[in-house]
Amino acid sequence: MLAREVLQELIQVLGAENVLTEQEDLMTYAYDATAAMKHHKPDVVVSPNSTEQVAEVVKIAAKNNIPIYPRGSGTNLSGGTIPISGGIVLSMLNLNKIIEVDQDNLTATVQPGVIIQTLNDEVVKHGLLYPPDPGTVKTATMGGSLSECSGGLRGLKYGVTKHYIMGLQIVLANGEVIRWGGKTVKNVTGYDLVALFTGAEGTLGIITEIIVKLIPAPEARKSILAVFDDVDKAGKAIASIIRNKIIPATLEIMDNVTIQTVENFVHAGLPMDAQAVLLIEVDGYKEVVEREAVLVEQILQEEQAVEIKIAKNDQERDLLWLARRRALPALAQKRPTTVLEDATVPRSKIPDMIKAIRKIAEKHNLQIATFGHAGDGNLHPTILTDERDEDEMKRVHLAVDEIFKTAISLGGTLSGEHGIGIAKMGYLDWEFGEAGVAAMRRMKEALDPNYLLNPGKIVRRD
Amino acid sequence: MSVYNSLDSITEELHNCMKCGNCMEVCPIYKETRQEVGVARGKISLVQYLLSGELEMTEKLADRFSLCTTCMACNTNCPCGVRFDKIILAARAEAVRKKGLHPVKKIAFTALKMQRMFDFGMKTGSIFQGMALKHVPHKSDRIARMRFDIGIGTDKVFPMLASRTLRSEFPEVVKVKNPKMRVAFFTGCMINYFYTDIGKAVVEVLKENDIEVVIPKGQGCCGIPASVNGDVHSAAALAKRNLRAFEKLGADALVVACSSGGTAWKHVFGELLDNEPEFKALADKWAGKSYDISEFLIKKVPFKKEGLGRVERKVTYHDPCHLNRGQGVNTEPREILKSIPGVELIEMKEPGRCCGMAGSFSLVHPDLSVQISDRKTADIELTHTDTVATGCPACRLQLKSGVENAGIEEEVVHTIQILAESYKNGKKK
Ligand SMILES: Cc1cc2nc3c(=O)[nH]c(=O)nc-3n(C[C@H](O)[C@H](O)[C@H](O)COP(=O)(O)OP(=O)(O)OC[C@H]3O[C@@H](n4cnc5c(N)ncnc54)[C@H](O)[C@@H]3O)c2cc1C
Ligand code: SF4
Ligand code: SF4
Repeated sequence: MLAREVLQELIQVLGAENVLTEQEDLMTYAYDATAAMKHHKPDVVVSPNSTEQVAEVVKIAAKNNIPIYPRGSGTNLSGGTIPISGGIVLSMLNLNKIIEVDQDNLTATVQPGVIIQTLNDEVVKHGLLYPPDPGTVKTATMGGSLSECSGGLRGLKYGVTKHYIMGLQIVLANGEVIRWGGKTVKNVTGYDLVALFTGAEGTLGIITEIIVKLIPAPEARKSILAVFDDVDKAGKAIASIIRNKIIPATLEIMDNVTIQTVENFVHAGLPMDAQAVLLIEVDGYKEVVEREAVLVEQILQEEQAVEIKIAKNDQERDLLWLARRRALPALAQKRPTTVLEDATVPRSKIPDMIKAIRKIAEKHNLQIATFGHAGDGNLHPTILTDERDEDEMKRVHLAVDEIFKTAISLGGTLSGEHGIGIAKMGYLDWEFGEAGVAAMRRMKEALDPNYLLNPGKIVRRD
Repeated sequence: MSVYNSLDSITEELHNCMKCGNCMEVCPIYKETRQEVGVARGKISLVQYLLSGELEMTEKLADRFSLCTTCMACNTNCPCGVRFDKIILAARAEAVRKKGLHPVKKIAFTALKMQRMFDFGMKTGSIFQGMALKHVPHKSDRIARMRFDIGIGTDKVFPMLASRTLRSEFPEVVKVKNPKMRVAFFTGCMINYFYTDIGKAVVEVLKENDIEVVIPKGQGCCGIPASVNGDVHSAAALAKRNLRAFEKLGADALVVACSSGGTAWKHVFGELLDNEPEFKALADKWAGKSYDISEFLIKKVPFKKEGLGRVERKVTYHDPCHLNRGQGVNTEPREILKSIPGVELIEMKEPGRCCGMAGSFSLVHPDLSVQISDRKTADIELTHTDTVATGCPACRLQLKSGVENAGIEEEVVHTIQILAESYKNGKKK
């Protein structure tokens, strides 16, 4: 519980309507989208309406040594917004203005509570695009996706969130406000704090304004679906496409378990015995897209795809995408609990990873479906389970451990896009070693010596 | 076990929610408040905490459960297929069992149950309403604004009570020369007391299609205002009363022109009477032959195309939540509109977005209701049409209130009225 004076101070700064204290409200900020994660009730939820108010809240928290948990839409998958030490949940959703779209410099300036799709709806009017597109584009905030460095379907060609963040306004742990970066493409003034704060999961400072890079929206696109009777062949096809200097905007893969589940669910016309399906989309100028589509088709034939479908129009495109779009819903409806991982490996190791995951599933007698962004090596092994089944959950945790180990041993990483949060904090030394974890801790302590910003996430206090 | 009897009926439903937050994309309440408790995910977790014992049923918790227009948009957008409509009904019924009914609603529902009093109140109302409501001059709709604030603001525009109720204007059986069918008409309260023009249009159109219309005098309120707020007793009593009244006169099919009535006859009566086999059987029988009027005219008895006269209107269509998502009726009204010569159908941005009326929701949360309505009004204005058609009198009320307060010249009518108008114009020549 917070002292009454602290609550009074918060109300004075923000107005009573922006300070939630009743437990019926507080309990709805005790969780986020992360599966099988313990919930924690915060002491208060505040919704500031300006950078100044954010700074005031941070100062009040600092003075009274109260933890702050920044929150966007709460759709992250690593426990990033769960207030495990109570304290203040700082909801950024009222800071939801698009401040500017600058067509000359190809940038947009937004507040962190803007929903990604809202920004895209605005810039598309000018023929522009903000490419990062996590599965939650229509619900996640700019601040949240920046803090997780979200990826999405277009990672292979267009990169991920960090490639589009040019400048930030940040409220530091002591309540001071700084600006870093800006609208210039080139900027080497000082340390690159913009890069550091991107993907920091709210543990280093509160983001209150963001300048992002925009690109001209591609003129045309073409989708191709290919079915394989062997995961290795699909893997070879992926490598071969890239080796032929074609960089598709998306290159998605679904394994046999996913295909069967989706097929039972939506009847998209995929063969049930297929071992892998690749979904490829090339985009760009019309002429280039036509040429690349033909090339991709040739390569797929050479690599022995058993079936190839090319969408001739938007309607056919939607149909090809149906199975991929419905993958998560189909899996999610099979069992009550869906544990979605995002271990990532170098592109060339995709077949090895898929096969390893299948072995792990057999070993622990679990249902694991694998789909994901094959083009950038980011797979989503999805464990279908039931939180209420204790024995099964034990096996789930063992399987997750092994998936992480395998990814690292293949030269990959724990998390491609979902972040560390609480969920993967314990595994960091597998990837960085003790010295690496200590280095990170020193950075955390330099910026937030009292561990007030999203404490208990990414870095464990010594 | 029905959602009205016990929270246990929804435990699986609750477990299926993976907290992905997709419901945030579409929830009209969350869009306005941006507070987690507004969205399905928030209320689902509250029910979970209630079941786990972490929260108790308090007045405050019951208040949170009132934050839902029951628009079902979250159902449709949920990757896990969670039926939030069931969850919220069960939660509200539980709240009433533990905490009783919200005072504003209590008065309204008791009146609804006591039909005779209601009739009387409404009729005297039609004489005395001038004292409370200020008439707003308008060419087609008889509407009024509150003179003083009774807690729902003075901005809301209400329809004037009809001088005669619909059911008193027609005999119980409206005969036609060579009837090809006998169809019962469930009028619902709003059409009976306020929007009699919709009811008349329904009768006209059915007659035009050689259908005998039965309007049982003994029918009453559909009970939806009670059941969605957890007042299961009142709702079940009303369900039985209606089933008896229609069974007495019998018919080949039943039509409704409001989305609550359709939901009641097709789904809710059966669920409410789950424990009473005799009535349950009756409810199921009638559920099988209940149709929304537009659905009836497209799927059951395709309406006559000859004799349709020109109607010069630019029309945009608003999908009532419980007709569209609740009953899957959305192409039928559009098909009717498109087949009327002269009508130009121009879609608005999100025709399926809730208008914010949601029955007593607008009484308990008047400000939120108006905010939601304002978005709808803005979308309507962008279509540059002269008419909004919809399939529900409650939506008509809300939409009318919205456009009127925004000062937009726009008539709001039920789809069936435009069809009736077309038949009428067809006869002029
Ligand atoms: C169904 C589903 C599909 C998904 N698909 C993808 C996908 O394809 N690719 C992908 O990369 N991710 C995906 N995600 C996860 C992704 O991380 C989140 O959707 C998104 O990035 C989080 O945005 P949010 O606004 O919900 O942030 P939140 O969950 O609210 O917060 C995320 C983190 O950012 C911090 N934070 C939020 N706002 C601020 C701020 N203003 N300043 C400082 N810190 C802040 C929080 O403390 C937290 O640590 C998916 C999630 C779900 C549920
Ligand atoms: S969309 Fe469905 S599963 Fe996701 S949070 Fe909402 S109700 Fe739960
Ligand atoms: S039914 Fe409508 S108002 Fe209620 S939670 Fe779902 S989307 Fe929101």
